Amino acid sequence: MSYTAEMRESIKRVEATRPARLSETWPMMSPAEKKEILEKFHPDYIREGMREIRVGVSKGQRMPLELAEVMEGHSHLRSDSLDLEQIDYDTDVLVIGGGGAGASAAILARENGAKVVLTTKLRFGDANTMMAQGGIQAADKPNDSPAIHYLDVMGGGHFANVPELVEALVKDAPLVIKWLEDLGCMFDKEPDGTLVTIHGGGTSRKRMHSARDYSGAEIMRTLRDEVRSYPEDIVVLEFSPAIELILDDKGQCAGAVLKNLETGEHLIVRAKCTIVATGGSGRLHYQGYPTTNHYGATGDGVVLCYRVGARLAFLDTMQYHPTGAAYPEQILGLLVTEKVRGLGAQVCNVEGKQFVNPRETRDVEASAFIRECVERGKGVRTPSGMQGVWLDSPMIDIIHGPGTIEAELPAMVRQFGRFGIDITKEPMLVYPTLHYQNGGIALDVHGRTNVPNLFVAGEISGGVHGRNRLMGNSLLEITVFGRRAGRAAALQAKEVSLGKLTLAHLDKWERELKEAGVEPKIVSPILLPDYTRKVR
Amino acid sequence: MSEELIPIYIMGKQYMVPPTLTIMKAMEYAGYQLIRGVGCRGGFCGACATVYRLPGDYRLQIGLACQTVVQPGMYLAQIPFFPAQRAAYRLHELQPTFQTLFTLYPELMRCLSCGTCTKACPQDIDVKQYMADAMRGDIHAVADRSFDCIMCGLCAARCPAEEAQYNIAILCRRLYGKYLAPKAKHLLERVKEVEEGKWDAAVEELKGLSEEELRKRYNARDIEPE
Repeated sequence: MSYTAEMRESIKRVEATRPARLSETWPMMSPAEKKEILEKFHPDYIREGMREIRVGVSKGQRMPLELAEVMEGHSHLRSDSLDLEQIDYDTDVLVIGGGGAGASAAILARENGAKVVLTTKLRFGDANTMMAQGGIQAADKPNDSPAIHYLDVMGGGHFANVPELVEALVKDAPLVIKWLEDLGCMFDKEPDGTLVTIHGGGTSRKRMHSARDYSGAEIMRTLRDEVRSYPEDIVVLEFSPAIELILDDKGQCAGAVLKNLETGEHLIVRAKCTIVATGGSGRLHYQGYPTTNHYGATGDGVVLCYRVGARLAFLDTMQYHPTGAAYPEQILGLLVTEKVRGLGAQVCNVEGKQFVNPRETRDVEASAFIRECVERGKGVRTPSGMQGVWLDSPMIDIIHGPGTIEAELPAMVRQFGRFGIDITKEPMLVYPTLHYQNGGIALDVHGRTNVPNLFVAGEISGGVHGRNRLMGNSLLEITVFGRRAGRAAALQAKEVSLGKLTLAHLDKWERELKEAGVEPKIVSPILLPDYTRKVR
Repeated sequence: MSEELIPIYIMGKQYMVPPTLTIMKAMEYAGYQLIRGVGCRGGFCGACATVYRLPGDYRLQIGLACQTVVQPGMYLAQIPFFPAQRAAYRLHELQPTFQTLFTLYPELMRCLSCGTCTKACPQDIDVKQYMADAMRGDIHAVADRSFDCIMCGLCAARCPAEEAQYNIAILCRRLYGKYLAPKAKHLLERVKEVEEGKWDAAVEELKGLSEEELRKRYNARDIEPE
């Protein structure tokens, strides 16, 4: 595969400017410059890409068109489709979602005395957590503090974040790193045990902890192994997504209807408390963007929670990761970890010139890439008509010594090496890719929603990150709020008494759709993206 | 995309697909809506382990469907699940010793060092070598060498001694991480401070600021140099 002749010409220019760039730092943008570039180039500001949702408790909130269509879908079920007395699993806590938040929740719920059912759409661990490469933030160095972390998070989120949620995030962060270490996570360390920490976009201290560039995978496989250590207390159901939440006649959440994806069979789970941790929605491909997300990221959880009346927050803001692979085509949209920039790689245009500091927050960085390609015409064209800018990875070995790239970024070296590109010697071509759902279901510091006995944790939730998430705060969020929701749900389950189970809310939902004049084109949650006979 | 299509054989059935696609995208192009054998689509999750053979060659090849480009005449089948044994254990009850490995996975010592596992690994991990490390009880070496494992199960699927190498590897990584890795003193100190509420007031003060004041603090904050 490797690069085309035209791209090689551009790479020569990148190499020519490299010696001088090594001692250059591109200035960070002023607050006014940031505002301007976001409003002009960030996909969240493209008006025709968004609309208001026409039904439900948060009627009138804006969100991407593709999400609004899924949210306003018909249910897979009717209120009288199933006999809800035929209960297949009766449990204290039902966790929906088998990623990092779900696994953390299950572990803490068990520790706090609950019997748990964890159900997931694909395999346990098939989740965006597994793919997070860069790291996890925690203020645990002497020159850092939870207060400094707090300020970084608020600034990164454009001061829209819910303060109490940010407080929980930053204060729990060191506790979570210790918890993960006690579970056997291998974070990068100096020989004396000092945790290796580096910068990420928008951090004012080096507080990004990593496990090479398999940070999320290391956390996910460790949490999964821990869950599997307690089969008598935690039942794991794979390939069994929830297709609707169940309420009781007192309006409390009381479990879910699952569907066995392979046999089509419906399963009824009655649960005193339910934690929805189904992640985000990148596979809805907002505004046609490629995505870094897992195959299962189809926004199922927000659909389920919204239908039982849970409130939404910040769903009009999505994160576009600045460095998605733009070439080769086989890995289009794949995440190139921010750690590459964290280690010192700069960004260059087709002429080999810098145009943005590599350490701006993700939204600003992505907007700068879009401006360089779309407005200034200084992107590098690929054979399939994509554009991108260079991420000058070979600089890392020059700055930190030969072998650093192989040691610190083995996954990236392998990913590109499979297609004949040696990132230790050649730069990578990148362009923004749909990465993260900043908003979702509103929650309190224990993961509670406004619906009794319904909790959320992780990417499905909205409020922690405000209008933009910093790198390393999602692995942190899933563990912090997974643990909090798991603990709170287990404790609350001891007090809950459930009434008669019902799906009457589906009748109400259909009535609302009708009254609003909405004629859904689809049935949701959609569960699987449809890529058949297409190339994506 | 090139107009010319090439033949591939998915579980023995021929489909014509564009030659630039990965196996996974080619299966979707052919009309499969995948449930099994698909996950992160980025080479991290190990869901899409695939075995294939090329025309005129008796040898089996392996790859991840999301990371391997199709070739003309490729015969392929996915192995989305392999029923390898995971020993029952609770990490906090274990000791980081050879005895633990041998007790939980006594079949460890049946390893023939034939190297089939190493050949089968889509991550280019020297599985044979880390099994040798395990047989010597060198938990640190197993943890280090197996670090990039995505637990796809291809090593176990091909092993003539019926080992579950990847499960032994994660046990070693967890033992290393919990018991053997040097402790971070700064982390333990910070945890203690947080639990004692040392930082509560500082965070509380920031929470109480107006957006304008907070913005001012943010823009004036000092940034640790590279």
